[in-house]
Amino acid sequence: MATTFKLNGREVTVKGPDDSPLLWAIRDELGLTGTKFGCGIGGCGACTVHLDGEPVRACVTPVSSIAGHAITTIEGLDANGRDPLQTAWIEAQAPQCGYCQSGQIMSAAALLKSTPNPTDAQIDDAMNGNLCRCMSYVRIRKAIKLASSKMQGAKA
Amino acid sequence: MNAIAPFSRRGFLAAIAATGAAMTFAVGPDDAAAAAGDFEPTIWYSIGRDGIVTVNVIRAEMGQHVGTAIARIVADELEADWSKVRINHVDSAAKWGLMVTGGSWSVWQSYPLMSQAGAAGRMVLIEEGAKLLGVDPKTCTAANSAVSGGGKSIGYGDIVARGNLKRSFTADELGKMPIKKAADRRLVGKPSAQLDIGEKVDGSGKFGIDAKVDGMVYARPKIPPTRNESKVVSVDDSAAKAVPGYIRTITLEDPSNTVPGWAMVIAESFVAADAACELIKVEWSSGDTAKTSEADIQKRASALIADPKAGALVVEDPGVDAAFAAAKTKLERTYTTASALHFQLEPVNALALVNKDGSYEIHTGNQWQSLVLPWLSKALGVPEDKIVLKTYLLGGGFGRRLNGDYAVPAALAAKALGRPVKMVCTRADDSRFDSFRSPSVQVVKMAFGEGGRVTAMDHAACAGWPTQVMAPFFMPKGANDVAYDPFAISGANHWYSVGAQRVRAVPNDLANRAFRPGWLRSVGPGWTNWAVECFMDEAAQSVGKDPLAFRLAMLDGAGRNAGTPPNSVGGAKRQAAVLSRLAAKAGWGQQLPKGTGLGIATTFGQERDMPTWVACAARVKVDAASGAVKVEKLTLVADAGTIVSPEGALAQMEGAALWGMSLALFEGTEFENGSPRDTNLDGYTPLRMADTPALDIEFIESAEVPVGLGEPATTVVGPAIGNAIFNACGARVRHLPIRPEAVLNALKTKS
Repeated sequence: MATTFKLNGREVTVKGPDDSPLLWAIRDELGLTGTKFGCGIGGCGACTVHLDGEPVRACVTPVSSIAGHAITTIEGLDANGRDPLQTAWIEAQAPQCGYCQSGQIMSAAALLKSTPNPTDAQIDDAMNGNLCRCMSYVRIRKAIKLASSKMQGAKA
Repeated sequence: MNAIAPFSRRGFLAAIAATGAAMTFAVGPDDAAAAAGDFEPTIWYSIGRDGIVTVNVIRAEMGQHVGTAIARIVADELEADWSKVRINHVDSAAKWGLMVTGGSWSVWQSYPLMSQAGAAGRMVLIEEGAKLLGVDPKTCTAANSAVSGGGKSIGYGDIVARGNLKRSFTADELGKMPIKKAADRRLVGKPSAQLDIGEKVDGSGKFGIDAKVDGMVYARPKIPPTRNESKVVSVDDSAAKAVPGYIRTITLEDPSNTVPGWAMVIAESFVAADAACELIKVEWSSGDTAKTSEADIQKRASALIADPKAGALVVEDPGVDAAFAAAKTKLERTYTTASALHFQLEPVNALALVNKDGSYEIHTGNQWQSLVLPWLSKALGVPEDKIVLKTYLLGGGFGRRLNGDYAVPAALAAKALGRPVKMVCTRADDSRFDSFRSPSVQVVKMAFGEGGRVTAMDHAACAGWPTQVMAPFFMPKGANDVAYDPFAISGANHWYSVGAQRVRAVPNDLANRAFRPGWLRSVGPGWTNWAVECFMDEAAQSVGKDPLAFRLAMLDGAGRNAGTPPNSVGGAKRQAAVLSRLAAKAGWGQQLPKGTGLGIATTFGQERDMPTWVACAARVKVDAASGAVKVEKLTLVADAGTIVSPEGALAQMEGAALWGMSLALFEGTEFENGSPRDTNLDGYTPLRMADTPALDIEFIESAEVPVGLGEPATTVVGPAIGNAIFNACGARVRHLPIRPEAVLNALKTKS
């Protein structure tokens, strides 16, 4: 009934049933509310977090399945909230209501890790599971490209 | 507050201004956000000794960056240093007057009042600054948060700290306060970063669903089978008792009748409430709408439209029937739209608590505090001034949160339990409880004389009416003295000169009873313009004219379409200018590859009293084998008067245009057995990134009154796509959403 895992680099233990979704453990038990609840069926991406660096939907991830693993949420992406993706998001003025954006940024972070210089098609492919109900897609796409060029520039 | 009648946009504005000003200018730190010693020349902002200007924003932040726009209006007149301006989204309180965020009204309504409030503060600061500088105020100017004169200068913060700022203004004085000429604006119309973005990229922004207080319990509702006529007969929670953390299930007694037949499953965590909810069996008596279908509702609409006595005559020119009788040719077409969900990404939720003094706090995102407060008051049996709606970010509004019904069950549960209750709806709960966009039926007719000259037009529209169901005090009367929902018919009363015109708005009584029709982004213009603008293409075609030329000839600005200063100055001529610019920009008339078509549409946005002139050209590619429609590009041109916040304005146009496209091709559901059929993303499928076409958006430069931008673009995209499909392949579709099967069927009909 208790599960121990790493959350943003810190070891945490949560109670609750084994099949309890990771999302609610993060939000209600551990108090990190940047990860959002949208659909509960893994269809909107608002709850996207990283499990050992890979994007997963926290609303359909049973908490027992992540015992001993490392979870990163939007709060853990960068200590100052200024990951290149986050600054690109600000530069592109991407968010409207903002509710989906934690999930968008976490999906984009995973994309740029595996594909540092994505094409439009690769962006669409990686981001299509993240619904933006305000439909700020044009700016999200722009922000990902901005972040990509910043990160490449930093490496060069 | 609720006695706003007769309906008048200007009267509405005046009422707000009067309410605000009457309470505003009693000088004193009556806002919790203002510290003692701050300068508060109006309730709308305060200036601290550190020079920080805090602008109080009564509008909900739901993605439109409204605080930034309003703060820039204040700061421009106040001559404030923008880097020292902050925004404060306030909790509900009587002193703010009417609190509503909808109708694309915020900037339009705020502009005069906020400008004058800023100007008043600047005047006082110049007077007091001059005193402190020992110079004649007439020689002083204000800029960048400082007053300068006689070669000396003093900052606003120092004036607040050292001065004696007691000046107050009557409502009359404030109303006469001159505001800047367009050429003198420093902030309005200039690009700026939105002040709300930072907290939306690092997870720190607090939405209603993030609200938390000590000792709270969680609730998930058991949503009854019908929205309006359900009663709980029995509750069996025996299986739920095994769920750790399950507390109990409460059957709500609701004197306001907002949530009839609701039971609330209470637990120590949301996970437990959710799990218990699935195990609890509730038996309801539900009324006959438990079997009502979309087809029933649309059949009822058609029957009502067929009765010429049904509904309100919104436009009733003399001679309509005579013109049709004398017509050389006539055209009649029927257009329909399906039910559409808000599907705002944050499911509705509310945290309610009772304070020791018996007052209530409701923590939730809300677009129309003034509407829900009386419902809460009635439900809880306490006066409105004992209820505060605490303000949070909205995880999408789109009109869903104009209807604050979701606050009521949380409040009733908190009252019953004597503990803070946080209700969270699952996505399916949210969809079933949604006050979705009603399905609609419209019949449009046109009469033509010699040479295809338009001599008359008759438009009847029938749908469920949100305003009738939730805010009947807001309904004006038609020419036949019958009250109507202005938001459910706007758009049909267009700016085309069509000879004798009749517009008839008909409420669908079955829809109003079977569910709670809602205001969904753009409301009526989202369906009326589907009919008007598809029909304009069909009408042009029927008399052998080019759809662009056909429209431009009727946008002549004659008679009532000349427009009235200040809001609609220029009238239909401005719409014609927008449409002409669009046609040039999108390359109207050029050859396109086979299977590809360009379609146009133009509207006046939301309301004749506040027209946002907008036009769209959609370029689509139709796959003749499957009927699939791919939108390649949307080109939009808008004249919204003065653009206060260019980045925010563009973002609203982008989102609204894609909303229009999503409603046209990707969304839509059907009412089935008392509820929407599709309740989650496995059946309800809004537009995604991969579907997003190229967007090319342009604003006409203008110094006229700033009007709304949150909704207008949603109203033109659907008909532009419908017309483009026809131009691509000859298939005329008349139902929203447009499914591939409908395109295929239309292709068959054609051949």
